[in-house]
Amino acid sequence: MSAVADTHNQEHHHGPAKGISRWLLTTNHKDIGSMYLIFSFAMFLLGGSMAMVIRAELFQPGLQIVQPEFFNQMTTMHGLIMVFGAVMPAFVGLANWMLPLMIGAPDMALPRMNNWSFWLLPCAFLILVSTLFMEGGAPNFGWTFYAPLSTTYGPPSTTFFIFAIHIMGVSSIMGAINVIATILNLRAPGMTLMKMPLFVWTWLITAFLLIAVMPVLAGAVTMMLMDINFGTSFFDASGGGDPVLFQHVFWFFGHPEVYIMILPAFGAISHIVPAFSRKPLFGYPSMVYATGAIALLSFLVWAHHMFTVGIPLAGQLFFMYATLLIAVPTGVKVFNWVTTMFRGSLSFEAPMLFAVAFIILFSIGGFSGLMLAIAPADFQYHDTYFVVAHFHYVLVPGAIFGIFASAYFWLPKWTGNMYDETLAKTHFWLSFVGMNLAFFPMHFLGLAGMPRRIPDYALQFADFNMVSSIGAFMFGVTQLLFLFIVVKCARGGEKAPAKPWDGAEGLEWTVPSPAPYHTFTTPPEVK
Amino acid sequence: MADQQQGKRSNSRVIAWCMAGVVGMFAFGFALVPLYDVFCDITGINGKTSGRYEAGTGEQVDENRTVTVQFLASNGPGMTWEFRPVVRSVTVHPGEPMTVNFFASNPTDSNMVGQAVPSLSPSEGTLYFHKTECFCFNQQPLEAGESVEMPLVFIVDPELPEHITKLTLSYTLYDQGKPVEVSGPATADTITNNNG
Amino acid sequence: MRVHAKRALALVTGLLLPAVVMADWTMNMTPGVTGTSNQIFSLHMTILWICVAIGVVVFGVMFWSIFAHRKSQGHKAANFHENTLVEVLWTAIPFAILVAMAVPATATLIEMYDTTESEVDIKITGYQWRWQYEYINDGFGYFSSLSTPRDQIENRQAKGENYLLEVDKPLVIPVGKKVRFLLTANDVIHSWWVPEFGVKKDAIPGFINETWTRVDEPGIYRGQCTELCGKDHGFMPVVVEAVPEEEYVAWVAEQKEAAEAERQLTQKDWTLDELIERGEKAYASACASCHQPNGAGMPPAFPALKGSPIATGDMAAHIDIVVNGVSGTAMQAFGGQLSEVDLAAVITYERNAWGNNTGEMVTPKEIFDFNNKE
Repeated sequence: MSAVADTHNQEHHHGPAKGISRWLLTTNHKDIGSMYLIFSFAMFLLGGSMAMVIRAELFQPGLQIVQPEFFNQMTTMHGLIMVFGAVMPAFVGLANWMLPLMIGAPDMALPRMNNWSFWLLPCAFLILVSTLFMEGGAPNFGWTFYAPLSTTYGPPSTTFFIFAIHIMGVSSIMGAINVIATILNLRAPGMTLMKMPLFVWTWLITAFLLIAVMPVLAGAVTMMLMDINFGTSFFDASGGGDPVLFQHVFWFFGHPEVYIMILPAFGAISHIVPAFSRKPLFGYPSMVYATGAIALLSFLVWAHHMFTVGIPLAGQLFFMYATLLIAVPTGVKVFNWVTTMFRGSLSFEAPMLFAVAFIILFSIGGFSGLMLAIAPADFQYHDTYFVVAHFHYVLVPGAIFGIFASAYFWLPKWTGNMYDETLAKTHFWLSFVGMNLAFFPMHFLGLAGMPRRIPDYALQFADFNMVSSIGAFMFGVTQLLFLFIVVKCARGGEKAPAKPWDGAEGLEWTVPSPAPYHTFTTPPEVK
Repeated sequence: MADQQQGKRSNSRVIAWCMAGVVGMFAFGFALVPLYDVFCDITGINGKTSGRYEAGTGEQVDENRTVTVQFLASNGPGMTWEFRPVVRSVTVHPGEPMTVNFFASNPTDSNMVGQAVPSLSPSEGTLYFHKTECFCFNQQPLEAGESVEMPLVFIVDPELPEHITKLTLSYTLYDQGKPVEVSGPATADTITNNNG
Repeated sequence: MRVHAKRALALVTGLLLPAVVMADWTMNMTPGVTGTSNQIFSLHMTILWICVAIGVVVFGVMFWSIFAHRKSQGHKAANFHENTLVEVLWTAIPFAILVAMAVPATATLIEMYDTTESEVDIKITGYQWRWQYEYINDGFGYFSSLSTPRDQIENRQAKGENYLLEVDKPLVIPVGKKVRFLLTANDVIHSWWVPEFGVKKDAIPGFINETWTRVDEPGIYRGQCTELCGKDHGFMPVVVEAVPEEEYVAWVAEQKEAAEAERQLTQKDWTLDELIERGEKAYASACASCHQPNGAGMPPAFPALKGSPIATGDMAAHIDIVVNGVSGTAMQAFGGQLSEVDLAAVITYERNAWGNNTGEMVTPKEIFDFNNKE
């Protein structure tokens, strides 16, 4: 069916409801996608402000701004909010908006569950953030909440933290079920699995990871709850338990979790790079298989977070080898993106700037990950700023730049307007410089001997800490520019055609910009 | 339309499979607890020595080899007893039973109950360290001011890998709260757990 | 006014200057002073150069494209999107490189795990927030706490050269001998790390871990706790003094004598002033981080001792709290951590400092009796 027929059908539907009930009761994937994206950006700014407090305290040696107890709350909440409140909901928001459009479906498979999946999140985060105001303060044991610091020695708010995690977990699981049902059941006729766009593939695999590991996280926090409130001893040696068991259960969730936080970005980049290279993605089947291999391997490497815990030699060797192995499919993907660009016809609008930065800087994060995989060397890196540098490189220019790239790429489709390209490029360059100033020195700090999660440090670490803080402030302030760009674009701008990017491919570019409230009410034919 | 029915059936199938996965993985998370215990028991890799060992008859003693066994004692948080090994280490032949004592003393003015939890290093040695009698098998009540010497009887298995010449056995003594009142009817005042 | 401003500026700059001079721009890991640390350093440099080489090649290709394949320069896009040979090569070659890395890494790891044939055994226990070192074959031990004054941390005094990396009693080990460390913890998970030894191991409550080192050069080596363990995680450094063997033997003999003398000090007759003087030092080391040097504490978690009913009221109750702790709170049982002399001194100090002025004292003998009463 042509787009014209769709528009005629639309005139017989009522438009979206008016007022607050539109947003509370909507089952429309575009509305829900927008809500996820707005919520995630708000959480990004909240988690970011906590990072600003951390970097302000670490600007100079000595305790100037906060006491160590509060500092530990800031590092913990910064991590929890960024992981569960910013990165994951942003990817779900992108999935909601784009998956139905990319596969030619009218909406997600389970629209009402979709609404609940979203609205659980503000509830969960209200509970989590309110712990800052409870007696004893917010959780202060790191986002990885190891026992017994988090069980026997945790503040009273720990039970609320556990409750919030359960709610977020339910939201993620319901979202994952929705994604799987949508992708498996609602593809337009002719779209076989190996014809699906890469963003759809990476989200399908991510959804399976979510189903597999969010329940394990729920198990871990339930065991914590039982140790704290019901006298059990899962993680308490005095009752026959073992604190290291906590780490095994947590990281069995934790490692696939970090792939959950990057695979959708891999998918989006696999759309953006071909579009701005005006050349098809190189090696589509290998990209699919590599993503699958990464997902499977992610279940076998968890104890590389535990190399100093006292695991016996055979275990250390196994986890070292398995972790080194994951570098292979990840490398394949990077090579494929670069080869897509090679001998293309390149232009560097904002989405492409973020995508190119993603490839380079995520790879740097991957290199530090490879170094961390070398178990004997890890004894010097573990729990130092080298690890902090590694994961911020894969998460900030990795996940976050992937999200920015996607936002700029798809904003014209969402709003019907082109965003301001000059402002967007400014956002890019300031973010790029700020981010590198903030996190590259952390490699040096870790190698020089600075541990993680400390509010004050020895004098030899002062210089790089100051540089890092300046970069962080710069990066933080720049995100307000992004807010301005998005709001300005939503309100108006140069009108965007159905396909504003001449190199882009996919069903999503066949519907008008902005995408009508209901699209693909009749499925398109896919050759 | 038939299409929509088909769609709903497919959705229900996906939901059913996914929910089965969710429940299964939640159960797996909890199953990790006994799995971990069994795995550690079989391999000894977390240094937790197992329970009482039934010595077979005619245990061959390897006179050609000696192993040093070192003893450490620590108190758990808030535990006020004096707790130490009577001897710091012994040298044994694998296969020969050895008895050592640990001294414990309750200096407070209330009756208390302690529980010792063992941990052995290197973990490869755990499977080869057999305790036929250990004060760690039971809780240890001590009245106010009371002291006791608690025995440990062990055998180092002759199959202990050649390269291991020293084993370190560490006990951590935890406060299990007040003892249950033996005389009189059972009250709600049972052993209180001191953990947080 | 301007004169005062100038002087203030000079003072502030003066206070900051040592900080600026001490700070440096170290960018790499230290090769360290042990065989292990040097092996780790080689592995680190090897994998780093491999990553740099791969980065140069891959980013080089990308930068070339960015330069030469731009639409604005008129470059037309090619259409290829697969090449099996190339894909096989760039899967197999990285795989081979990783296998090559795994071989020396495995060898180093095997050596790091070999704790046999040690010559000295030391038990290390992590507490919130200090380390305890026990020389188990020589029958003595002590606590090692951060000795940087609170005034430096709170910016009232210029920071010293080893700010946050100095302790009252460092660990002392002999050079050239294999030293085995047995690690555990009293409360939560801590981790003991000395970068120059290439040694890091978690200290887990209720469990014993072991690791080892053999230091090649005498010197003072500084490290930190590397597992978040609560509020003062950043304030429990590790300081190790590696000394030639004869010095070590002499030091051990001295320590054993001092431990014996400490036991005898319990018997001596102390005056109020002697106890207060000793108590002030013990308080600074064991109590001030929570209860503050001025006794004001940080309520509600850390009550004030100045003017407190406990420090001015019933003596037996005061002793009980210090010796046995308060379960369910952060107040630990210091009976297990301080000698009877220090316990008596600290309690006496608390009862007389900051205007508490009870004039009361408790002797080490009385603490001994308290601990051993029927």
